[in-house]
Amino acid sequence: MNEKGHHPAPLSPVEQRVAALEALLTERGLVPEGFIEEITRRYESEIGPLNGAKVVARAWADPEYRERLLTDGTAAIAELGFGGAEGDHMVVVENTPAVHNVIVCTLCSCYPWPVLGLPPSWYKDPPYRARMVREPRALLAEMGCPLPGDVEIRVWDSSAEVRYLVLPQRPPGTGGLSEGELAGLVTRDSMIGVARL
Amino acid sequence: MDGIHDLGGMQGFGAVDHSPAEPPFPGRWEATARALMGVVAGAVDASGGEFRHSIERMDPGHYLTSSYYEHWLTGAATLAVEHGLVTHAELEARAGGRFPLSGPVLAPRVDDAGPDVGEPRFGPGDRVRVHDWHPAGHTRCPRYVRGKTGTVVRLDGNYSVPDVEAHGTVRRHEPTYSVRFAAADLWRDGQHGVSVHVDLWDSYLEPA
Repeated sequence: MNEKGHHPAPLSPVEQRVAALEALLTERGLVPEGFIEEITRRYESEIGPLNGAKVVARAWADPEYRERLLTDGTAAIAELGFGGAEGDHMVVVENTPAVHNVIVCTLCSCYPWPVLGLPPSWYKDPPYRARMVREPRALLAEMGCPLPGDVEIRVWDSSAEVRYLVLPQRPPGTGGLSEGELAGLVTRDSMIGVARL
Repeated sequence: MDGIHDLGGMQGFGAVDHSPAEPPFPGRWEATARALMGVVAGAVDASGGEFRHSIERMDPGHYLTSSYYEHWLTGAATLAVEHGLVTHAELEARAGGRFPLSGPVLAPRVDDAGPDVGEPRFGPGDRVRVHDWHPAGHTRCPRYVRGKTGTVVRLDGNYSVPDVEAHGTVRRHEPTYSVRFAAADLWRDGQHGVSVHVDLWDSYLEPA
C-alpha cells in the first residue's frame, strides 16, 4: 500500500525483470513511444465479451444471420464490425438441447480475441488445459455446469488456426426481449462453453 | 518437443480457479510484458511458431509455477538474447538478480521446407490416424492424440506448418483439418457421449 509521501513499494523480482527488458529495448530504440499504453488501451477498451454477446444476440434474433454465422463465422462476425488478430478464421459451434460445446487450448491459450477479449487466467492455467479434454463432463459439473447424462459433449481444442465461439442456447421466456436486452443475458462463460444460460 | 506446455490429459492438477470476470491485465507489468513480446517478435520477425516455441522451451518447474505473462516475458527475453538484441548478462545486471531464460532449441534449423501440399488428402468422414512421433522441435500436434484414430469433420484451408516456420525462414503450406476423436478412444476409460476435436495439419496424419 503506498500512501502519499511514502516511497513506492519495491519491485518484485518479476517486475524487475520486466523493467530490465523494457529499459534495454528502449535504449536500443525498439520501443515506440506510447506503445505499451496503446496495447493496454486496445485490450481494455476495444475488445471483450460484449462483442461476442452482440453476435449471439443477433443470431438469436435473426434466423438468417444465425445460418450465416454457423456457415461462415468469420464473415458473419465481420458484419457486426468485429475481426482481426486471433479472429481471422472463426468457427461458431451451436449448443442445442442434445449437444453441448466447449472450447480449450491445451498447447497454449488460443482464444477468439475480437469477440471475447483476452482469455481469463483460469483458461490459460494448467488445470483447465489438462482436464477439459480428459474429463469434460466432470470438470463442467465442477465449474457449475452440470449436464444431463444424455447430452453429448463436444470439446474443441484450438490447436491450429481456427478460433471457436460457442453459440449458447437462447434462454426460455425471452421472446419479448430486444436484441440489446438479449445481449445483456450472454456471459463470457456461456460463449466458452463452461456455462449454460 | 515433448514439453511441459503440452498439457492435454495430464492428471493431478486439481480444481480450476474459476472467476466469472477479471480485468485483461492484473497490473502494469503484465501489460508491459505483453507489449514487449510484440516489440521483440516484431524486431526479430518471429513467426507464430517461433514465438510459441520460445515459451514451450521454458524449464518445466518454472513454467508451472509462473503466471501466463511471466511466460511471455521469459519467451520475449529468450528471443531477444537469441537474436542478439540484448545479452543475458545485461538482463541480469539490470534486473539485479537472476533472469531465467528458456532452454535451447533442440531441433536442427530447417532450410528446406519441402513442397507445399495444395490439395487436401482427406475429406469429411475420412478416418485418419495421427503419426505417433516425437519431434524435437515445435509442433502443434498434441501428445494426447498421437497414434490415435479419428474422423475428419471439417477442412479449414491451407496454412503455414508450425513445425517448419519455428525453425527457419522457409515455409511450407498444407491443408488443416478438424479431426474428431471419441474420448473413450483417447483415454480408454469408457466415457461415452464425449468427443474431442483437434485441428491438425496434413503432414501429421495418415489414412486409417
